[in-house]
Amino acid sequence: MNNKLYGNLIFELSKEGRIGYSLPGNNFGNYEIPTSMCRAEDAALPECDELTVVRHYTNLSNNNFGVDTGFYPLGSCTMKYNPKINEEMAALPQFQNLHPEQPAETVKGAEKLISILEHHLCELTGLAHFTFKPYAGAHGELTGLMVIDNYHRSRGDLQRKKVIVPDSAHGTNPASAAVCGLEIIEVKSQADGTVDLEDLKRLVEQEKDNIAAMMMTNPNTLGLFEKSIPEIATLIHDCGGLMYYDGANLNPMLGVCRPGDMGFDVMHINLHKTFSTPHGGGGPGSGPVGVREGLQEFFPFVSPYNGNFAVMMRAFAYILSLGKEYVKKVGPLATLNANYIKESLKDVYELPIDTMCCHEFVFDGLKDKSTGVTTMDVAKRLLDYGYHAPTIYFPLLFHESLMIEPTENESKETLDAFIAVMRKIAEEAKTNPDEVKSAPHNTPIGRVDDVLAAKHPVTTYRQLKAEL
Amino acid sequence: MYKYFPHTDEDLKAMLEKVGVETLDELYPQIPESIRFKGDYQIDLTEGEMGVRRVFNKLGAENKQLTCFAGYGVYDHYTPSVIPNLLQRSEFLTSYTPYQAEISQGTLHYIFEYQSMMAELTGMDISNASMYDGTTACAEAMMMAVAAGKKVNKVLVSETLNPKTRQVLDTYALHHGIELVTIPAKDGVTDLSALNSPLSSLEGVAGVMVQQPNVFGIVEDYTGFADACHAQKALFIMDCVAADLAVLKTPGEWGADIAVGDGQSLGIPMQFGGPYVGYMCCTEKLIRKMPGRIVGMTKDNREQRAFVLTLQAREQHIRRQKATSNICSNQSLMALFVTIYMSLMGKKGVKEAAQLSYAGAHYLCDELLKTGRFHLVYDKPFFNEFYVKYDGDADQLYQKFIDAGFLGGVRMEEGFLFAVTENRTKEEIDNLVKIAAL
Repeated sequence: MNNKLYGNLIFELSKEGRIGYSLPGNNFGNYEIPTSMCRAEDAALPECDELTVVRHYTNLSNNNFGVDTGFYPLGSCTMKYNPKINEEMAALPQFQNLHPEQPAETVKGAEKLISILEHHLCELTGLAHFTFKPYAGAHGELTGLMVIDNYHRSRGDLQRKKVIVPDSAHGTNPASAAVCGLEIIEVKSQADGTVDLEDLKRLVEQEKDNIAAMMMTNPNTLGLFEKSIPEIATLIHDCGGLMYYDGANLNPMLGVCRPGDMGFDVMHINLHKTFSTPHGGGGPGSGPVGVREGLQEFFPFVSPYNGNFAVMMRAFAYILSLGKEYVKKVGPLATLNANYIKESLKDVYELPIDTMCCHEFVFDGLKDKSTGVTTMDVAKRLLDYGYHAPTIYFPLLFHESLMIEPTENESKETLDAFIAVMRKIAEEAKTNPDEVKSAPHNTPIGRVDDVLAAKHPVTTYRQLKAEL
Repeated sequence: MYKYFPHTDEDLKAMLEKVGVETLDELYPQIPESIRFKGDYQIDLTEGEMGVRRVFNKLGAENKQLTCFAGYGVYDHYTPSVIPNLLQRSEFLTSYTPYQAEISQGTLHYIFEYQSMMAELTGMDISNASMYDGTTACAEAMMMAVAAGKKVNKVLVSETLNPKTRQVLDTYALHHGIELVTIPAKDGVTDLSALNSPLSSLEGVAGVMVQQPNVFGIVEDYTGFADACHAQKALFIMDCVAADLAVLKTPGEWGADIAVGDGQSLGIPMQFGGPYVGYMCCTEKLIRKMPGRIVGMTKDNREQRAFVLTLQAREQHIRRQKATSNICSNQSLMALFVTIYMSLMGKKGVKEAAQLSYAGAHYLCDELLKTGRFHLVYDKPFFNEFYVKYDGDADQLYQKFIDAGFLGGVRMEEGFLFAVTENRTKEEIDNLVKIAAL
């Protein structure tokens, strides 16, 4: 990685007169676009030859870290291996060239793929129907809440606008509720990290007919299974609300327990987490929404066609690859890997809730707080050792949250090496805290000035040039 | 074990021992027995890699490959070979949202380039890091207008917007409590005079949304719209086909406050509906109302130029229910797709592709009109898509196109909506016309 050589923007490599494309000549005759329709000046895009472009983006990729580069224990994100066969299948021209407005008789294969995938997801979750329209997890949450809102509206239950969410929930939960025009009420967590049933009973009693739904992820964001889930579902159902399952943490449940059997009515799945489709640097994802029988008539129109179809193809390839015998291994092996790391580090990192976790768990920073080394410092120091950092400062229940999710694909050797580095950092925090606090040292760039970026936003090349 | 799981029996034994249990089953003590999944999933046994290929090839063979003359928001533009190749760089493909700037400069850097290019293409000040697609970008723009306005929840939408976009808007509006009012069309274009009628009065309106080219492929004249909106403090929102902006008057030039649309036309394969990429650009003063990720320039502690996610105080993971949107991911890899597209095509190529599309569409239109059996539904200037009426049995002709291997546009109420891109040859067009003339 050499940021000095490859730090240019593509605009800075541009030279007038160079081209990176080949288009046919115009043999349609003289059709001039009327100038009254046209922009006054050409868009100031770069002018580069093909190799310059290829080299620029190849070198940029070298300044990135992916699952294929190394261990990526980013909690809550399920950075599992993205199999290559999935990519090969998604690129098949028989599917890539399909226009979404093609008549049904010409897209039978694609339609069949969608219906088999739907069947797979129903089997794996215990729900009855899925819509593939949502483009991402947050979009799925919104879609699921719309299903719930539509259901209550259809019954004339117009006052049901409150959604109960645990205080440990993902930030998208309350944000999705707000977009859907619903109001959030938070239920407290107990000391062991699970929902406080007494507090929930109080809320249900207090709000009764106003409750639209309860939104939960199970295991929760601490990686802990909510053992009272049957009681919680009964409480909510008895007051007329529906149960929403945030599928962000579905991975450890494969082969173990299905949301439908837990008592959930509506859920979304992040295909880019549990079903191995690549995260792509932040999308495209896919967030299909599943419902219990009878709720499918409330699926909303949140996108025009079949959602991110090529992402669904990858998930389909993954399920076919594993088949029923190996898909069952996913959850237990992910859970084993997480517990193995937890048990191997809990003597040096603070483990606030010392119990069996599922696919992930949360440390509250280093055990020895006297060194002043924070979770941020540990995360940055991990980059020096060639690891991606865990999720930090989430969930908000602890001050120094460090959330680790290894996934089922990592070998014991990889985990052992990570554990050794985590222990080394804990040691460094005592012997050489400044080295840790000033990390990273071995990355293409050092710690960035977030405040400068936000105080004086420069977000385009045009602005950047004006600054010079 | 399957090849995705590295656990040997020996590993399992050692790891279970460390965790303090004997079997994998014992890893879930909190799960009540009554809800444990104990059976078998009713799905097939593993296919292995060769089996996966067989299944996909079999399904693929059931799709019909057609030469595409359809548009309606999704266009069969040419994809330079470089792009799919670079997109498979797994450092891009298998990375997450660039939270750790020190090891994510690749992603942050190209998003900055993407934002810069989209701002140039639309003639707007700034761009976010991308949205899911064009229709949801429109929905976000609608909500953004309402959030930016003062106690107003009404948005006017032109009748010439693609009905699919409108349907998505209707969905969001219903739940978000937004009142949508249609601005009627006259002769296939948005009726400016209707803006001052009582039905679609601008009073108490947060935003006005129009499409360019519109659903019929017509290039509309939006003179006077921005002024009319701004006089009543409403935001003017334009939904434009990205590729066409290489040539067309930009939303910036029309005086738009927010420019949104789909970037699919910048070379992204049609792939049966997605993934595509939505874009959203706006004026500088609206930056803090913008949904989604934004990348900005900064410095690192070694005084080097660096890029970083910025203005995150707008976003869901910080503001939760008070965020500008629930959007979490952007459509990063697809943003990379169109960034590489615009880098390769460059200033001249995007224009040339647009001109070729324009010429091809006008050639097809002329040839169809020459048969004497087609008439333009609206006699208005169009770009690379046009709406014609057919004086015979349109359903039958549409089927004839398919039998001959053509997707003969999109069937509309009165006939066909044909689209042409630089990807269509003169020969293909001539063959389509031959069938149409029979």
